Amino acid sequence: MIELKHVYKIYSDGDSEIRALDDVSLFVGQGEFTSIVGSSGSGKSTCMNIIGCLDIPTSGEYYLHGNDVSKMSEKELAYIRNKELGFVFQQYNLIPKLNLIENVELPLIYRRMSPSQRKKLAATALERVGLGDRLTKFPSQLSGGQQQRVSIARALAGNPPVILADEPTGALDSKTGKDVLALLKKLNTEGTTIVLITHDNSIAAQTKRTVRIQDGKIISDVINEDVVSTMENGRKGADLT
Amino acid sequence: MSIKQSLTLAIKSLLGSKMRSFLTMLGIIIGVGAVIIIVGVINGMTQMVMDEFESMGATNIIVSIRGRGGNRSVDIDDMQNLVDENSELISGMSPSITVSGAVVKSGSENLDTTSVKGGNENYALINNRKAEYGRDLQYLDCHDRLLNCVIGSYVANNLYGTAENALGNEIKINGRNFTVVGVLEEKADSEESSDDDTIIIPYTIAQKLANTFSINAYTFCAANKDVAIKAQATIEGYLYKVFNDSDAYKVMNMSSLVDTINDMTGKMSLMGGCVAGVSLLVGGIGIMNIMLVSVTERTREIGIRKSLGATPWDIMSQFVVEAITTSSVGGIIGILLGIFGCFALRSVPDLNPVVSIPSIILSFTISALVGVAFGYFPAKKAAALNPIDALRHD
Repeated sequence: MIELKHVYKIYSDGDSEIRALDDVSLFVGQGEFTSIVGSSGSGKSTCMNIIGCLDIPTSGEYYLHGNDVSKMSEKELAYIRNKELGFVFQQYNLIPKLNLIENVELPLIYRRMSPSQRKKLAATALERVGLGDRLTKFPSQLSGGQQQRVSIARALAGNPPVILADEPTGALDSKTGKDVLALLKKLNTEGTTIVLITHDNSIAAQTKRTVRIQDGKIISDVINEDVVSTMENGRKGADLT
Repeated sequence: MSIKQSLTLAIKSLLGSKMRSFLTMLGIIIGVGAVIIIVGVINGMTQMVMDEFESMGATNIIVSIRGRGGNRSVDIDDMQNLVDENSELISGMSPSITVSGAVVKSGSENLDTTSVKGGNENYALINNRKAEYGRDLQYLDCHDRLLNCVIGSYVANNLYGTAENALGNEIKINGRNFTVVGVLEEKADSEESSDDDTIIIPYTIAQKLANTFSINAYTFCAANKDVAIKAQATIEGYLYKVFNDSDAYKVMNMSSLVDTINDMTGKMSLMGGCVAGVSLLVGGIGIMNIMLVSVTERTREIGIRKSLGATPWDIMSQFVVEAITTSSVGGIIGILLGIFGCFALRSVPDLNPVVSIPSIILSFTISALVGVAFGYFPAKKAAALNPIDALRHD
């Protein structure tokens, strides 16, 4: 699904060059809930930008659903971002002058969907994150946790196979952070592949797989067996009821 | 994103900061308003001058003979023959002799400003100077050299109080006694030195008073407006045959004068257009400036939109549509201002602005184009933003 092959991202500044990503190869399969962990400057954000098609690698190949993204034009990248990916940012990144439903509609507008269909999907997405009763509120009228749930709804609205979450709990207190994380877990059990970027080991420990990155290189890649089994059980439990 | 969505977004953004939008549009508003008012005033003036000429007779052809010495010359009979031979083109002819320095007296009253002109029985018709009281000059007045005259309303009012009282009275011109047989229709509020301060006498007498044997000015009347040019050419052809020298005479038609005036007002319009064009340009730069600010302010929004799948084209069209909307709304307000201004200026005497539809269409089109032209650069800048940098922008 997501496949990075010997990806380099090099920023050259005159004579010196910074290797933000240094020969990174990574495969994330469908239905995974993977965290990419690293301290600031480790290259995790660069990694996320490349996975999110917001940036292209200096060299190496990146396949998303078998498509070679590293050679795409700006327009094709925009299409991929729209269809294949949903973003959840640390700072929520909602547009303040649009109300909730208009914010959630945005990716669907760029998909050139009809207004009635758009409204329906956006309302459904807001319902899924528990904000179905506040469609016409504005972001400034909500708490941080609620705003983050709106941004998750926006990421969900177009039903993309992958959600990329960049420090989704970073700006929230631990209680709301837990809620947001629980929401992401729920989406994962419902089938969405999630890649979560964080510097916080305790958050990373709650995902099924943790990839640790340092100085642009992957230094460890482990499966969190206990999380996998609890989430599997959770799903089975859900299936039974 | 469709144009309709871009438009909704643009209107929202305009209404979002009304004061700024208004100031942005101000240049366009003034520019468009100025175009409509300037063109309106010039049109009004042209219309007025045209009407004046129309009343003077667009069918008139004025011939002045300079002569070239020797025995080549034309006299009144030659001219009458010319009319008779070309009756389908020319309906009539009158000599027009100005008796310069004429001394006009009635009893002890002296009139210094009165002009004395000589014409024949066609003079009244051709020059649109019909008698309101009494009669016009007639063929016999000229043929028998009768001392009859038709006077303007200023002369009548001044000497005899009213036009009716003037009829039958005697008036002295250069020592000769003339009988007033008619009073002309008032044309210029009976003011001194105006068209109403005039006396028309038979040309045969005028010749004597002016001490000229040859008549060097005639007014012809073309059969209708459409053949005026042709009639003029016929007269010119005849005169050239006689004199064999195009400097020996001059033939002028009102319609060629009208052309000259049209040419002049055209140039005035062009000048006004240039002034308005400059203000539209300045307005456009204002829009570009504010759009650039808007792109910078909304860098983060652009980043968000790009991360959600907006293509460079989507971003670009959003900003271009916003610029066009701004300039078009400004254009519409400017048009209203211009129309209002034209109506307001109607109260100014001698200024009768005419709102012209082409100037409205033109100025609106230009203001919309200004939006495209000056919105393009900021929009392109917005579209070219790197999504990551845009997202990180504060």
